This record gives sequence, structure tokens and C-alpha cells, in this order.
Amino acid sequence: MPRWYALLGAGLLAACAGQPAPTSPTPKAEAATSVDRAQYASTYVRRPFRPVLIRNATVLTAAGPELRNASVLLEDGKVAAIGTSLAAPEGAMVVDGTGKFVTPGLIDTHSHLGVYAAPGTFAESDGNEATNPVTAEVWAEHSIWPQDPQIPLAMAGGVTVIQVLPGSANLIGGRSAVIRLVPARTVQEMKYPGARYGLKMACGENPKRVYGSRGPSTRMGNMAGYRAAFIGAEEYRAKWDKWRADPKGTPPERNLRLETLAGVLRGEILVQNHCYRADEMAQMLDLAREFGFTIRSFHHAVEAYKIADLLAKAGTAASVWADWWGFKMESYDGVPQNAALLQQAGARPIIHSDDEGGIQRLNQEAAKALHAGLQAGLPVTREDAIRWITANPAWALGLESETGTLEAGKKADVVVWSADPFSVYAKAELVFNEGWLAFDRNDPAHQLRTDFNLGQAAPGVGR
Amino acid sequence: MNRTGLIPGAGVVLAALCLATAPARAQTIALTGGTVHPVSGAPIENGTVLIRDGRIVAVGRDISIPADARRVDARGKVVTPGFIHPSSNLGLLEVESIDATNETDVQGDVTPAFDVSGGINPDNVRIPVARLEGVTSTIALPGGGFVAGQAAWLGLLGDRREDLLRRAGVATMANLGPSAKGAGAGARARGLARLERLLDDAVEYERRRADFRRNAIQPLSAPAEELEALLPVIRGERPLYVAVNSERDIRNALRLAAGRKLRLVLLGAAEGWKVAPEIAGAGVPVVVNAFQNVPRFDNLGARWDNAALLAEGGAAIVLTEGETGGPRNLRWAAGHAVRNGLPWARALEAVTLAPARAFGVADAAGSLEPGKLADVVVWSGDPFEYSTRAELVLIGGREVPRTSRQSELLERYRRLPPE
Repeated sequence: MPRWYALLGAGLLAACAGQPAPTSPTPKAEAATSVDRAQYASTYVRRPFRPVLIRNATVLTAAGPELRNASVLLEDGKVAAIGTSLAAPEGAMVVDGTGKFVTPGLIDTHSHLGVYAAPGTFAESDGNEATNPVTAEVWAEHSIWPQDPQIPLAMAGGVTVIQVLPGSANLIGGRSAVIRLVPARTVQEMKYPGARYGLKMACGENPKRVYGSRGPSTRMGNMAGYRAAFIGAEEYRAKWDKWRADPKGTPPERNLRLETLAGVLRGEILVQNHCYRADEMAQMLDLAREFGFTIRSFHHAVEAYKIADLLAKAGTAASVWADWWGFKMESYDGVPQNAALLQQAGARPIIHSDDEGGIQRLNQEAAKALHAGLQAGLPVTREDAIRWITANPAWALGLESETGTLEAGKKADVVVWSADPFSVYAKAELVFNEGWLAFDRNDPAHQLRTDFNLGQAAPGVGR
Repeated sequence: MNRTGLIPGAGVVLAALCLATAPARAQTIALTGGTVHPVSGAPIENGTVLIRDGRIVAVGRDISIPADARRVDARGKVVTPGFIHPSSNLGLLEVESIDATNETDVQGDVTPAFDVSGGINPDNVRIPVARLEGVTSTIALPGGGFVAGQAAWLGLLGDRREDLLRRAGVATMANLGPSAKGAGAGARARGLARLERLLDDAVEYERRRADFRRNAIQPLSAPAEELEALLPVIRGERPLYVAVNSERDIRNALRLAAGRKLRLVLLGAAEGWKVAPEIAGAGVPVVVNAFQNVPRFDNLGARWDNAALLAEGGAAIVLTEGETGGPRNLRWAAGHAVRNGLPWARALEAVTLAPARAFGVADAAGSLEPGKLADVVVWSGDPFEYSTRAELVLIGGREVPRTSRQSELLERYRRLPPE
């Protein structure tokens, strides 16, 4: 492997937002092949907003202890300061936080917004390219409909950043997209600049059900399918590495499927793996070892609590529901203490939604999981639980240095809650997305209505 | 008293007489000192609920407690009636994707004679999970046919089917939304007409039963067995429980009932807020999913404050949920409705006395009143809050064990690796 590949760390990747897949070291204006040109680059632009000072609130920073009577200052899209006696800059919006709570913007590692858009017609069912068990070549962003009326609902729930994934029909379903929840005409205007792609993989019942006699039709068939795909990727990667080291003659033929898988092998694309059962997660950890990559997060990891120690050791996060269980055999062993047991073992729990309802109430779902743990006597705290929907999902998306906590210098992705966010009665009152007021419960001018909503019905975000 | 209202046409009077209860041990329990919400009346601070042989015998402040009573100190706690889930499949289904575990569905789209109560599994693993969160009884529903069959009222504790089944045939389920399109061969207007004809044929069948047997009348739209099963519905003895969401379908359902003696209960009614005065005027209870707000073409107007708006319009509200975590979520659905504007007391009523009234079982449950079954929950605090625990759950006066399949899994994996 050429040395410069090793130097291609997350920092550089973060800098070339939405730029060519990292098989290309330096995009050139007169690139010889498509691979060296821009690949559906982000055109997201931070929306300007005046400084915001939230005073005298309870602040869950997700990076330390809960702060009482604290103030948070947002400026130029960043958290400028957190303290007790901050002065409001000229022209600032000043929010009286008395009795209110402030958290980082919520992040959902598992959403299908835009790819399974409301109103849920077949015409807009764009999440599963169920034509082959391995479709690493498809990109979720090419399906996302920015006018999905589910978007304003999630915004009103305090969600600022989501990962949109392809569905789970396939062993390898394609690339995810990490997007900011802001009004947009195109998905490019939502794409989080610099965010790494995820690769959706799926274990278990779903992929083995879809293809019938063509296969896979068993869990061992699933494993064989992943292995065959990555064997192909190893060869492809070697071919390209060789050509990059000595780019003479015609470059190797570009193969989108293998290009994405090679990105995983290089550690540039983060594996996001739908996998319910403990034994299957252990198989997938071995698969990753076999091919020299890591799995960033398991998703729907209903049985993660059974192998919380293995997950802690592997450094793989577990995106889980608070209490979903029993809807199919691989979810039969769900327990509401899943997240708390993961926390106890030193693993990295995340509460995700995979659901147009749950994404609007991630705080409630985290509350449910927190209290299930506390009531079972498990050593979990509010400080842990807020991380389940902020800092930990930021980590799973590779964005932990930018968002997910309230610390000076981080992106101003911030929610002001009417009450303790772990109360069923709490509402997101103000939502700031990189400093811009994305939602104000008391001001319809700051409540998105998608094109779809016009002339039909306003988003039913409640009171 | 293990017979249940299975005799066709016997109606709710007989059904009420045939209330089956779990065999309660001769036990006296006194819950003392709590904040008692009888629901039928104002909250009582420092109140006592006295229970004997599975029934409530006294509720109030100055209740004399028999010496042999088991005393439960409920000071600082909240005491409410057990919650009634108005739309679950508890007891009828274990794993949604596994047909072998599903007793809610039958072939055919008009099957009013199908009574789910024969399929009740007392060992259903979902039941303990739900009751540990304060759900003490449920209306167990048949599945998705057009006129799907009869729902049953189940108490959620017991070893035998007879212990769980409190009343069969508490409602006849019909799906008048998109299912009516299918039943109407593509148009809901025709589906609706089909249902009207079915109901009118039931009237005709009852009036001219003898002629029917002699084949002396025009053919009716369903076999005798199915028409027979609709007689309690057309007599207004058993509610027709109609799943609808859109304003259009709600109005159609109200119109269907207006000219007949039907007792209607609406399930879903996502756009009910648009029709609140009419629903209230018709005296039709509405079962609202507090979490429903994602637009579909069937319910573009869905919104989280639907329950609050309906209540403000004077309608009788019952709350439900449709969460993948299951019926344990009912109390949080109530909390969510409060979050969205429903007064707290109305929300409590909406998971206790309101469902009992809607399904004709308020004589037996739904409030803390002498004579009713002792379905009672002692909560550590506000029952709708995530931080609150259902500390003691009584169903028919019997204490619910604190174990479930989930709690056993938790204990096995509490320390890793498991022993």
C-alpha cells in the first residue's frame, strides 16, 4: 500500500467534503477519469443567524456533568461559550432558559427519511434496491426526496443530523447519506460537508428472505455472500492501488460496487450493520477481522446486551431501540435494559429510530431506556443517556469532533427543551442547526412546511 | 361463571351476567395512604382502597381496615385503576411475522362470526411485559378483514383461557378505511354500500328468519351464520368498532350509524379533529393513537394534538398506541397526549373508564368503585412518566408477578459472560 494512503486520515477526508471517493488523492480540474471528478458534492451552506444567548438553563452537554443555571452562547454557527455569566453580544437573540433544558441537537444513526418518504406510496419507495443481494454500488442520496413531509416532523423533535440508510433487503445495501435537516431543494444542499459515507449491511432474516431459491436463503448463505463480495473488493483495491502508485496507461475499469467495498477496506467508509442476534454480530466481527476493517455500529442490535463485552472490546457501537421486540424471531429476545446493559459493559449504546414516529421522540425513547436501566438497578446516568442520542451517534457517523456535544468550538446544533428532555411532557421549543433557527415551536415562520405540505395539511407536530 | 357470551344473539345483557373472573383467593388487601384516582370521582389524598376476594369493596379516606387485611403502604404513591388497552392483540399473537403464533386473522373479508376468544393463549409471552407497565386488561382484536370479527375483553392474568376471558363479543370490528376500497372492488363508496347492505340484510334476516330458512326471500349478502353474528350489532347491543382515519371515512361511518341503531366506536380517527363536533354530537367514543402524525393519503391531517382537539370538541376520548415495543407503551401514549394538550385527568380517564364505557364493561372495570373488579395499580409517581414504576399491579385482586421472559433474559445477562 502506498504510504500516502496511510496518511489519508479522517481529517483530510473531512476537508474534502463530498469530494471524490478517496481512491483519488488530489482531484484535478482536468481529471482523466470520472473517479477523479467531484462525486455529487455537498452544496450545503450554513445559514446565517444572529448570535444566540440561552440564559439560566439546565444544560446537558453530553460531554460532562449536567450544568445548572448555565448559559450557552452560539455565534457564527458554533458553540462560542458555556458558562454562568455570559454577556449577550449586540443583536443577539436572548432566550430565557429558566426552567428549560438545553441539549445538543439529536442525531439519528438510522433513518429512512427521504428514501421511504411519506405519504408512503410505492412511487416513493426508494430504499431497497432489491434486485441483487449485493448492491454496494447504490447510494442512498440518489433516492432521497428533500420534500419528504417527515422532515419537518423530525426537525420539531430536535433532530439536526441523520444518517439515511438503504433498507435491509440486501446483504450489502449501499452507501448511506449523512444529512442536515434543513429546508432544501436538492439533497446536495443537505449533505453534511465532509461526513464519511456509511455502508449498509444486513444480517439475518431480511436478506435471506428476499431472494428465495436464487439465494442467499440461509444465514450461512448470507456469510458466504459478504465474503465473496469482499474478496472481490480486495482484488479491486489492489488493482487500483497499483495503478495509483504508477499511473501509466489505461486506469483499471471503474466498478462502483467494488469501489465502495474497497472504501470500506481502506477504512474510509464506515460499516453500519443491521444485525439483531448476538451470535450473528459475533460472526460479523469475525468477518471484519478476516478482511481487515471495523464495523462502526451495529443497528437494530436487539441482542447486543448478550455480547456487550465483545462489542466494548471491538470498539463497535450498538444502535438499538428502547424496547422494540417480538415482531420477528430475531427480535424475540429484546429487553428494555439493552442500552443500559451496554453502558454497564463500557460499550457505546445509541438509541436510533428506523421509524418516522420514533425519530420525533428520540428523547422519550432514551428516557424509556434510561429508566428501564435505573429501575433494574443498572449503573446508568442522565449524562450517559443524553449521549445515547447525541455524542454516541455523532461518533458512529465519524462526526464526533464536530457535533454531538455542547463544547466551545463545536457546531451550534442545539435544542432548547420546555422541560427535562427525559420527561414525557418535554417539547423541543427551539432547534438550532449549525446556529440557524431551524424550528421555533411558538413561531410558524420558523416551522418548515415542505412543498408536499402546501395546500394539504401542516406538519402535525403538536403543541 | 365460566360461560361467556358466546351464544349468538344473546346480547350484552347475557354477556354482562356471564362475567368470568380469575378465581380470586379469599384475600383482603388494603392500599393505604396513597393519592387515589378513582377516575369516577375526584382524587383522594391519603386515601385507602380496600379489596376483598378480587373486588373493590371500599374507596375513600376513612375506611376501616379488617385485621386480617394485607396492608400495602402507598404513602407518596399514586393509585389508579388498571389501564385498559383498547386495541391490542395480547393473548392472540406472539411474534408478528410468524403465522403459527397468530390467531387474529381468518380468510375472507366478511367474517363477523369469527370470535377471537377461542384462540386465547394464557401463556402468551407478551402479556407479562404489558401488565408490568400497568395494563391490566385489553380489548383483543381480530385482524384486518373488512368486517373482521368479534373482539374480546381479557383480564391479563390467569393460567387458563377461562381465567383471561372476561367477555367475548365486546365489539365487532370493521375496517372502513383503505380496506373498504378493497372490499368495494376499488372504490370505498362501494365498500361502504356493501357494509350497509350487510347490516340491512341482518335486519331483514332477523325479521324474516322463517322465510330465510324456507328460501322464501331474496338471497342475502352473507350466510346465516355471519348475519346471526351481526344481530347484536344491529340491535345496538354490541359496538361496531370501526377503523377509520380520514375525515371522509369518519363522516361515512357516522352516516352509516345515523339511520340505524348502531353503537359506534371509532378506532384511529387521525383526522377526527376536523369532525370533532359531529363525533361528539353523535356520542361516539374515539380511540386515538396518541403517537400518530405521519401523513398518508388516508390521513394527511394527522396531528399529535388530535386527542386534545377531539376532547375540546366534546368527544369521548380513549387512548391507544401502536408501538413496536408493544402495549406496554400505553401509559406513555397517555403522557404524550398530555404533552400535546389533553388535560391530565382526561388522559387518565382515556386509559381507564373511557375504554370501559366504550366497550360496555364499565360495570366491571375502569374505575375504583365498590363492586368492580380489583384491577388496581400502585405507581411510584405520575403513571405517565418514564421515571415512574408500576410498583404493584393487581388484576382481579391478584398480584401480578414481577417476572416476564424479558426479566429472565435480563437476569441471565446482567453479568457477562452469563453463568
